Amino acid sequence: MIAVFLTVLGRDIRLAVRQGTDSLMVVAFFVVTVVLFPFGVGPESAVLERISAGVLWVTALLASMLSLDRLFQQDYEDGSLDHLTRAPAPLAGIVAAKVAAHWLTTALPLIAAAPLLAILLHMRPEGFAVLVVAMVLGTPTLSLIGAVGAALVLGARRGGVLVALLILPLYVPVLIFGVSAVDAAVMGFAYTAQIKILAALLMASLVLCPLATSLALRQALE
Amino acid sequence: MCVRGERAVFANLSFRVEAGDALLLVGPNGSGKSSLLRLMALLLHPASGRLTWDDRSVADDSEAHAARTRYVGHLDAIKPVLALRENVAFWARLAGAGTTHVDAALEAFNLTRLAQVPGRLLSAGQKRRANLARLVAAPAPLWLLDEPTTALDRASIALLEDRLARHRAEGGMVVLSTHQDIVLPGARVLALDRFAPGLARPASARPLLEPAS
Amino acid sequence: MLTFSPPARFLAFTRRLLPWLGALTGLVLLVGLVWSLAYSPPDYQQKDSVRIMYVHVPSAYLGLFAYMVMAAASAVALIWKKPLADITARATAPLGAAFTFLCLATGSLWGKPMWGTWWVWDARLTSMLVLLFLYLGYMALANAFDDRTRGDRAAAVLCLVGVVNIPIIKFSVDWWNTLHQPASVIKPGGPAVDPSILGPLLTMILGFQLLFITLVLIRMQSGIAAAQIRALSQRT
Repeated sequence: MIAVFLTVLGRDIRLAVRQGTDSLMVVAFFVVTVVLFPFGVGPESAVLERISAGVLWVTALLASMLSLDRLFQQDYEDGSLDHLTRAPAPLAGIVAAKVAAHWLTTALPLIAAAPLLAILLHMRPEGFAVLVVAMVLGTPTLSLIGAVGAALVLGARRGGVLVALLILPLYVPVLIFGVSAVDAAVMGFAYTAQIKILAALLMASLVLCPLATSLALRQALE
Repeated sequence: MCVRGERAVFANLSFRVEAGDALLLVGPNGSGKSSLLRLMALLLHPASGRLTWDDRSVADDSEAHAARTRYVGHLDAIKPVLALRENVAFWARLAGAGTTHVDAALEAFNLTRLAQVPGRLLSAGQKRRANLARLVAAPAPLWLLDEPTTALDRASIALLEDRLARHRAEGGMVVLSTHQDIVLPGARVLALDRFAPGLARPASARPLLEPAS
Repeated sequence: MLTFSPPARFLAFTRRLLPWLGALTGLVLLVGLVWSLAYSPPDYQQKDSVRIMYVHVPSAYLGLFAYMVMAAASAVALIWKKPLADITARATAPLGAAFTFLCLATGSLWGKPMWGTWWVWDARLTSMLVLLFLYLGYMALANAFDDRTRGDRAAAVLCLVGVVNIPIIKFSVDWWNTLHQPASVIKPGGPAVDPSILGPLLTMILGFQLLFITLVLIRMQSGIAAAQIRALSQRT
């Protein structure tokens, strides 16, 4: 089981590294979109500071959604998914390995870029550490929920647009607590409750999402 | 019975495969050859009826069934950015066979020279041979081959025939669908169009298999 | 051979039931409407605009209730693979979406005289808005496939994922907007609303509930007919 997990994880990371541009494109999208906001709302420091946490989270949400089609679409089209579902190991474990690889290659660069963008948006330095912690806890949940959506739309017409409609409403809780934690930290309030809730959401989706995803993948192959 | 979309493909089908057997699936397009192979690989579920292995239902332990069957479908599952050997080695490791047989598998399908070539540079026939190499790289008793000769030249088909004969001599089993000629001594033939629903029922529900002519 | 055989007993049963159910629905809705619009007292603060509540509250309740029906049907469809369950789930979705939309529209109408604006980010309205998006996603997914059974199954999984998420979304939206009124119709200590309002309100809820059942049954009948047509056209 662990051997299969590591085999799939290693293969997906190797695929992502060799196709390098995908990961870079996600970060580039994140940076460019965040930089659009000062043009949209004006460069006043107070306004930017007030919306910085929300802008970073909403943009990170969209960026992580952008790369979801890479998770299963190619494996579905080239027949790899047939063999992945037939490995002598629980499919949920293989899904978890693929999501982990996806998170490491797309979300981790986002988290690294987030504090730099926070400076551009005049976020107060008190928020930086909490922003990173909240993203480390929140983005895996986004990847896990996104995996369910990506598996459900396999073989659908216009799957890319559809997946946004399916999963963005499900992203609302992570968004609310992610932003709230950073805002609380910036304003000097307690933020441990929000961080704990983000951790709880991660635990719940870690258990449920791989199961739902494997159910959806088996259906996609029928 | 097998239902695809909202249409029944075949029904009242019954057969068994013994050690050393080869079963050749024939029938026109849409008669359900691929569906039957995917059913046996547990990628599809029958609308009714069951599959058994040594009298035990395979659905009870799908992981064990996956470990003892190899499925070769229409798609070759070759990643363009991985070298041919990396592709085959991944599938062998995933099947739990490790990488000990990988080089022998490449040799068996005359791929050793191409081992380091990335998947995107391989021709259709080379990809198909890499797909077939998984059979040797991760040994399993039952091979489910869906039109394995597609894109293969005569010499490569001979390599495959050689492997099939060796596999059966070792007590392995083969279920294979094809439109092309392939030498399978002593194979039985299952004509799936005779089980299309809506036709007159076969006289008995017993296995309707006959020796290849 | 057809893979879809129409459920004869269900069809015979609904064919006999529907005229009576339809008549009862009309009667209850008529009584409820007259009672709530003409004979219930206006609110001393909200005046006649309080009467929007008689549509708003039943719509909100049915928007949620329809999702529960859909989730139950989806679970049955996934576990026992009953075609009738898929038809039920598909029949329910647009109705649930319509009631949810009605709830949002009446909430917006109510907001104008109350708060002086067409939309407020009130916790309950926001939750209903997310629910509407869940319905839209469900319907888009169910119709996104060339193979209809694939659409049925994918949508069923999505519906169950949604039903797990609804309480979490509700909780997080409440957190986000802590300035909301406590639920006031059903409370542990009995109804807090005045009986003169409760009478017509419960009648309207019953009327909407009957309307929902009637419409679901009609949509299921047409869903069955559509499945029969598809099966016949594939036979050739």
